[in-house]
Amino acid sequence: MTIKARFRFKRTDFSLHVDTEIPSSGISALFGPSGCGKTSLLRAIAGLDFHPDGYLKVNETVWQDGDRFLAPHRRPLGYVFQEASLFDHLSVRGNLEYGVKRTPSNRRRIALDEAIDLLEIAPLLERSPSGLSGGERQRVAIARALAVSPELLLMDEPLAAVDSGRKQEIIPYLESLHRELVIPVLYVSHQLDEVSRLADHIIMLQSGRIAATGDVHDLFTRLDLPAANDDEAASIIEAVVSSHDAAYELTHLDFPGGKITMTRLDLPGGSPVRLRLAARDVSLTLERQSGTSILNILPVTVDSMKTLKNAQVNVRLMAGGVPLLARITRKSCEELGLEKGKPLFAQIKSIALLA
Amino acid sequence: MLSAADMTALAITLKLALVSTLILLLLGTPLAWWLARTRWRFKFIPEAIVALPLVLPPTVLGFYLLLALGPHGPVGGLLESLGGRPLAFTFTGLVIGSIIYSMPFVVQPLQDAFSAIGRRPLEVAATLRASPMDRFFTVAVPLARPGFLTAAVLGFAHTIGEFGVVLMIGGNIPGQTRVASIAVYDHVEGLDFSQAHGVSIALLLLSFVLLLLVYGLNRRFRMMRL
Repeated sequence: MTIKARFRFKRTDFSLHVDTEIPSSGISALFGPSGCGKTSLLRAIAGLDFHPDGYLKVNETVWQDGDRFLAPHRRPLGYVFQEASLFDHLSVRGNLEYGVKRTPSNRRRIALDEAIDLLEIAPLLERSPSGLSGGERQRVAIARALAVSPELLLMDEPLAAVDSGRKQEIIPYLESLHRELVIPVLYVSHQLDEVSRLADHIIMLQSGRIAATGDVHDLFTRLDLPAANDDEAASIIEAVVSSHDAAYELTHLDFPGGKITMTRLDLPGGSPVRLRLAARDVSLTLERQSGTSILNILPVTVDSMKTLKNAQVNVRLMAGGVPLLARITRKSCEELGLEKGKPLFAQIKSIALLA
Repeated sequence: MLSAADMTALAITLKLALVSTLILLLLGTPLAWWLARTRWRFKFIPEAIVALPLVLPPTVLGFYLLLALGPHGPVGGLLESLGGRPLAFTFTGLVIGSIIYSMPFVVQPLQDAFSAIGRRPLEVAATLRASPMDRFFTVAVPLARPGFLTAAVLGFAHTIGEFGVVLMIGGNIPGQTRVASIAVYDHVEGLDFSQAHGVSIALLLLSFVLLLLVYGLNRRFRMMRL
């Protein structure tokens, strides 16, 4: 189950040249700075723009190849635009039903009620779109796109036009969509925080070309890519809740690199969680420290290093096969004698729950 | 107060305006849609042609129509050779003249309304499985509703006010091509001011009520959108 895309076209301000295979499961993020061609690629995949000589195959169906060009309304996709773009002449219900009516009943796999429940928009149904808040509008737009039972959901920075407070209001819905539906999503964003919360797979675009593709854990810690060199660089790990410590109000978690303890999470044992470890909050020691206030100390080995401009060094570590990032000074790096393969202990000062 | 002949003239005026407006909407909608959507670099040429009646003296337009529709003109001649009648001095001829004369008043508001919608709602509809024709009728037309109202009323009102073109190609045949504006002119020429008043007031009121409708309803549409 993959999306094979090959597009090559010029715009006045950039040229796009893409030849890639995207896994069509989970959330794949098209990630890159503004103006790198993310939206253009998404529109080409949706068939909203026609580019001659393109090739596009989604799962087993060819959507574009030579003279064959499947019109956008014949492609089994859902599209969420940056602005909600609801039809102002229809009620919220009318907007939702617009696509459902045009989806043959044997193709309907998501019931309209299911989409309404998932996005919690039942109270809005009889209202006019013009009376909704930005966050509500975008939730309706997402439900509308889901209600056509797409085989592929395309989302073009669905949170960009929503202010940051509303953003926190919508992200949980995207997460539940991810958990409860098996629709593959192609998600365009230039926001590191959104992508690190939502994405399973990343396609990094830079000035119209694919700079790298891969797993979110791997790509965000690769020192040759911009994400790891960002001030807010962080590694993302997947862990499972193992037990709670009621007396100290802590939760213990397991991940392939060892055990992690953090402030109590309200989740039952066995729950999968995604955690974010800021590179700045990871320090390195040659021996396991005792008599420290830091709870999380993990045995790691050095994978690679990169010196940054401001007297700092980015260190990529491996903890049981899971890559972690540490941001230390060049001075410390030399004093510790860091080199590839060297065993160390990583002290993690704080951990954030992502999802 | 109005004579039977004047009532007939008013009835013909209304019938002419109604028929012309309906045909104008049928022809003008696809034309306006195409003008609003095309990226053709020479689209300013059809736009200029549509706008021509705005600046051309109606008598000039009427004169050329008279030549074209008369028995020796290309259209009239063709009809005659096919066993028909030339169109000059007929109601059909008046309808053709009105359509050309009022075209900009219908096409321009529609084109503006279609342009104002933008591409986005139609793209959304496409991703919701609507075919191009379906998108046009279920998204573009409802969203352009104020434009349709303006176009219909302006086309109608402008046809009612038509004088020069009618005079040139319609002649002044009572019961067939004698419209209200010509009746006013005739009454004034004959110094029959009270009859001229009667027809004039009827036209004045009609036009005013129509414009009230446009402005009032368009305001309501705007408020509904807020």
